Amino acid sequence: MPHTTTAWSTASRGAPSRFDLIALLLIVGLLAFLAAGSRGVLAPLDAITAKQISLAPSHLPEYAARTTLRMLAAMCLSLLFTFTYATWAAKSPRAGRLLVPLLDVLQSVPILGFISMTVVWFMSLAPGKVLGAEFAAIFGIFTSQAWNMAFSFYQSLRTVPTELAEAARSFRLSAWARFWRLEVPFAMPPLVWNMMMSMSGGWFFVVASEAISVGSTTVTLPGMGAYIALAIEQKNLSAVGWAIGTMLIVILIYDQLLFRPLVAWADRFRVEQEAGDLPPKSWLLEALGASHFVARTLRMMRRSSRVVSAAFVAAPGLPQFESPLAAKRLDFAGVIFVGTLLTLALWQTFQFLAPELNWRDIAVTIGLGAITMVRVFVLIALASLFWVPIGVWIGLKPGVARVVQPLAQFMAAFPTNLLFPVVVFVIVTWKLNQNIWLSPLMILGTQWYILFNVIAGASAMPSEMRHVAQNFHVRGWLWWRRVALPAVFPFYVTGALTASGGSWNASIVAEVASWGNEHVEATGLGAYIANATSVGDFHRIVLGVVTMSVYVLLINRLLWRPLYYFAERKFRLS
Amino acid sequence: MNAILRPATHSQPLLTVDRARKTFPRGDGGELLVLDDVSLSLAPGEVVGLLGRSGSGKSTLLRLIAGLSEPSGGEVRYLGQKIVGPAAGISMVFQGFALFPWLTVYENVALGLEALHVSREEIRRRSLQAIDLIGLDGFESAYPRELSGGMRQRVGFARALVVHPSIMLMDEPFSALDVLTAENLRTDFLDLWSEGKMPIKGVVLVTHNIEEAVQMCDRILVFATNPGRIVTSIDVTIPRPRDRLDPAFAALVERIYVEMTAKPSRGAVTRLERTAGTGIDTILPRVSSSLLSGLLETVAVQPFNGKADLPEIASELQLEIDELFPVVESLQMLRFAEVEGGDLHLTADGLAFADSSSDERKIMFARHMLAYVPLAAHIRRVLDERESHHAPKSRFLDELEDHMSPGSADQTLRAVVSWARYAEAFAYDDETGTFSLENPS
Repeated sequence: MPHTTTAWSTASRGAPSRFDLIALLLIVGLLAFLAAGSRGVLAPLDAITAKQISLAPSHLPEYAARTTLRMLAAMCLSLLFTFTYATWAAKSPRAGRLLVPLLDVLQSVPILGFISMTVVWFMSLAPGKVLGAEFAAIFGIFTSQAWNMAFSFYQSLRTVPTELAEAARSFRLSAWARFWRLEVPFAMPPLVWNMMMSMSGGWFFVVASEAISVGSTTVTLPGMGAYIALAIEQKNLSAVGWAIGTMLIVILIYDQLLFRPLVAWADRFRVEQEAGDLPPKSWLLEALGASHFVARTLRMMRRSSRVVSAAFVAAPGLPQFESPLAAKRLDFAGVIFVGTLLTLALWQTFQFLAPELNWRDIAVTIGLGAITMVRVFVLIALASLFWVPIGVWIGLKPGVARVVQPLAQFMAAFPTNLLFPVVVFVIVTWKLNQNIWLSPLMILGTQWYILFNVIAGASAMPSEMRHVAQNFHVRGWLWWRRVALPAVFPFYVTGALTASGGSWNASIVAEVASWGNEHVEATGLGAYIANATSVGDFHRIVLGVVTMSVYVLLINRLLWRPLYYFAERKFRLS
Repeated sequence: MNAILRPATHSQPLLTVDRARKTFPRGDGGELLVLDDVSLSLAPGEVVGLLGRSGSGKSTLLRLIAGLSEPSGGEVRYLGQKIVGPAAGISMVFQGFALFPWLTVYENVALGLEALHVSREEIRRRSLQAIDLIGLDGFESAYPRELSGGMRQRVGFARALVVHPSIMLMDEPFSALDVLTAENLRTDFLDLWSEGKMPIKGVVLVTHNIEEAVQMCDRILVFATNPGRIVTSIDVTIPRPRDRLDPAFAALVERIYVEMTAKPSRGAVTRLERTAGTGIDTILPRVSSSLLSGLLETVAVQPFNGKADLPEIASELQLEIDELFPVVESLQMLRFAEVEGGDLHLTADGLAFADSSSDERKIMFARHMLAYVPLAAHIRRVLDERESHHAPKSRFLDELEDHMSPGSADQTLRAVVSWARYAEAFAYDDETGTFSLENPS
């Protein structure tokens, strides 16, 4: 099973370079710019009086369809971004030196922070219309999907086997043909896997972005998220139940109709030429393959695409060695461009933040960040203690693993914010400590990454290794310490770092929750951002989001990345 | 070098390489010379072999001819035209087949034509013709992963032929196949070549297998390493089809062994090219101590009694020259053996080593290593001089990278570590990347 692609599986492994810093500053500047732009248009924009949401279950199919459409639209955008941004980064080593760290920073910006900041700006593009809100929601989902897909594609492009690349060149395929005939197919299996991961994460954010209030601007888009928000407002527990049920069905359908077929189809692009394990199967794909109608349509599509691409396929006669002088000129222009951008970004940030914020604000957000960090680590530790033994146990039983593995992936896709009202209801009813009992919400949806990665690791353990352990009577704690834990460790790290990133993201919706007019809140950076969003205080949104990004970035660099390399070097069985 | 550039007496050569050089940038800003002043020409109807060890630049030369990389100096001409990118009349067969796993046999073969703007019917006709010629009919709709190695390489050949090239470049096309399959594919190819059934007019074959070169080529250019260059050109005049048991065949193989293990200056007792350097700039091959002991033991006893013919020992032990030569070189470097006229003689120490117990061997090995392997002596000296008796790996790696590519530097350091561990001369901890004098007791 492939892994979720992370920044550092591709980036250079040394200490943070100056490019990391440049990237960070550029992003901060961009955020400040967006927020500054939004502030001006805040006043004339009144709450959009969109179509009224109804809690009647009969509307749920329509809402579910709209939510799904938003997801798909964002996925198309993400693919477009992946094919352009990652290609650029991979083809031009100079551009890559900045684009890759930029992606790394973007990956650590909390997605809900993106949404808070961009929603007003997007709505100002189409004032008074639902379209702006739709854009904002789709953009929010896009930011939850695009980064890891781009990383995966970038990594694939960088690792296309030399001989295949040479074969393509020696048959004089043009850059266009090489891209579609070699590079995209080669990148397909990991890309599909990352798309699946992205979609899983996306459900969470689509639900969050359909009902969001920034100051006086309220976004209500017909969909599952708006439905549940209304249910919370009206304290309608049965409507919450309906929403949860509907979502389960939607994810099941989407899994069967979209992703199983996609994964089964992508399997043919594996480069390992051995007929490996059982290839993934999809009943839908088989049914489609057997249909004459589908075959005819595909043939027609292929023929028309051939006409289009024929013009691009070969460019004979052109000199193909790159001129070093032109590259140098491009390099110089790039430096000037980035320098200008950087100065602008710094100026923008300073202009925006300096008059409104003082050192105390910064100290407060750093302190709140530390509280959230403790929360995330404790939760990851607890989830690990719970799921690692279970995952190992499951992984060693192929029969059980076959059933549980897709179930865990399924659970990871389920937007747990739909479950929040249930938990908040319990907290309010039993008057539980909010600082403690709101915390588990952060990991409710992300713990599954730990589980299914550990299962994958345990299943990948060679049977000889297990037989040796049996043969030498290695049992109990010794077996865990010397055999099982090292074997699953690289997989566990991947799962834990994904879970950790997801939990930070979730903190913005998990640390503040309400049930009707009852309001529960835990102290932390997530709550800080959420509160700043609901009062429309853009300075504090930017400060909160930047602080959180820096926390996530530092934790990745100082903890997860070294751990990842350590695991790869020491424990990877290959 | 001019002796090698065969004058085009009969007709215009298909291909000429004129004083080609190739350098790669090194980490410290300098340049690493991998191909030095190479000239050759390919006449119509000729099969030219580039024979040498890995790292001798023969694959680099092939990529220059293929237009996949640009020479740093000199030029490559195809039919009189300077090559500035992949040329239309030159196609290549790859060592690892380089088939697109997501395309069927037919689609893989057709790919080369699709880039040429040929009509659909023409693509179909020519692809099927090539598939048929190379003996793949019936496999058109199979995916590469369903085929055996031999069948996959047939697809590689069909794909190279379908574009009707005049020159076919082969990059060790049989080395990823087992002995029998390789032989089968070679003979099939030679039959098609002799019968003139293929559109190609000339072949450049890269190989490290001496017998293969003698069997297939009209002319063999022998390469030496560091930097890669041509040391000799040998014409093969044995009539086709060639028989390996023919005494002339065996004599030629023997002669090439002698050429490849001798210095061009024809010194009396010479060491191999690769180890010619003195000091720590020598690239060490990664050869395990057990392989060294194994060869010493084998040569010390019946039927060799301390002196062995290299081709004989290669076939006896089923070793390719790429595997045998590094072992022989290491033995030479450690002064356990000498090579003369294609024969391997054990020295007195070599014979004594073969006769010793395992503890005595370690002591002998350590003595020879510290005396004759400059890098080992250097590391030991640094560790002795330092008060802590510790030194980081990077210290030596940096030094080595002044003289060789980072890859070779890493390999060399690993090689010396493996020998030092066997000899217990010094210790290395991979976790921390430090050399030290402490051996775990």
